[in-house]
Amino acid sequence: MATIRFEGQDYSCAEDEVLLDSLARQGAVLPSACKAGACQTCLTRALKGKPTPVSQQGLKDTLAAQGYFLACLCKPVEDMEIGLASVLSEYSVPLMRKELLNESIIRLRVEKPEGFSYRAGQFVNVRRSDGLSRSYSLASIPSDSYLELHIKRVAEGEMTTWLFDEVAEGDMLSFSGPAGDCFYLAGDLERPLLLAGAGTGLAPLLGIMRDALEQGHRGPIHLFHASLATSGLYLIDELNALAKQHAQLKYTPCVLHGDAPIGGMQGNIIDLPAQVLGTLSGYRIYLCGDPPIVSGLRQKSFMAGAAMQDIYSDPFVFSST
Amino acid sequence: MSSVYEQLGGEAAINAAVEVFYRKVLGDKYVVRFFEGVDMEKQAGKQKAFLTMVTGGPNNYTGKDMREGHRHLVKMGLDDSHVDHILCHLRSTLAELGVAQNLIDTVISVAESTRADVLDR
Repeated sequence: MATIRFEGQDYSCAEDEVLLDSLARQGAVLPSACKAGACQTCLTRALKGKPTPVSQQGLKDTLAAQGYFLACLCKPVEDMEIGLASVLSEYSVPLMRKELLNESIIRLRVEKPEGFSYRAGQFVNVRRSDGLSRSYSLASIPSDSYLELHIKRVAEGEMTTWLFDEVAEGDMLSFSGPAGDCFYLAGDLERPLLLAGAGTGLAPLLGIMRDALEQGHRGPIHLFHASLATSGLYLIDELNALAKQHAQLKYTPCVLHGDAPIGGMQGNIIDLPAQVLGTLSGYRIYLCGDPPIVSGLRQKSFMAGAAMQDIYSDPFVFSST
Repeated sequence: MSSVYEQLGGEAAINAAVEVFYRKVLGDKYVVRFFEGVDMEKQAGKQKAFLTMVTGGPNNYTGKDMREGHRHLVKMGLDDSHVDHILCHLRSTLAELGVAQNLIDTVISVAESTRADVLDR
């Protein structure tokens, strides 16, 4: 009989009983719906102990790699500690560098804290001393000695105003993390990759792309980075230089209005990747940025032949203050 | 006799069926407006639960979720004609997967039984 620890309480799980039922029997009711492993409402994370393979069947591999499983299918074979959401650690580190990348985007580099382990493409929650907190994606890769964030100024945004106007190099920055399931998984080194996004959606895409290259990815990598106009793009020279270094990498800057930079395209980012690449069957796809763009790109990629399991995304959520 | 779900090959086959089915549905201009702005992953989970249920796989279908989940769509004009389209896509999906005519008929009659719940009447 396995013991399951959940929110500080121990529950016993009878043999041949699924975790969802045994917890419910003892008064801890997890969200659930189909109870048949299909709807994924009861998605739970193992903090300690290993979920059964059956309970991870059909899950995205990036979720399974982080210990997520379906409570309605898991008949525990060992003691486990579980949580509904991921439990994040807190860190505080000095800001090493702050620089402007274009008229409205800054790049922050902070020291990577001791023992901080993450996957390129995940995000952290930056926290001000008064508790104000916002999520930002990591543009760095684990072998970098720093963590890199790209931050776009939000008009009257409390957090970005503080980061742009007040925080200086040498100041301490606090954050928790990492979180997110949009990251590269080694194993399909030959597979074509599509990375597409807008604005600071480039941050996680850059991390994922550098990570893939570092892990020896050999298949083609197509990066589409979009903005309303050329002035909203950034790191164009750096990305062109990277593409020159790596023959399999193709970088396409995209703008909705006006002239595109050399080698770029004018049009709607939602349509461009499928237009250029034709069928996306067999691609592994990463989409980051504003939710409407991510959701549009996801639908177009799927309709262009990509399998749903192969589309990873990180839609940014903006707060109005 | 084993269920269509088992004959198809269980969970993995249903995953494949969802991809085929969802592509047909999103490609259909007559019904696509009901899927705009919907989280594709959550929607795929629901479609998987639905396809599992109508093929006789493990499920806990009550009809209540179906009714509540479609109520806002009924307000948007969802009616019998849209359900007919969805059932057509289900028929062609099953045919593409090599399901025999008599089994398709069985699956469709189960799906047909959810119509009143879907249309909230």
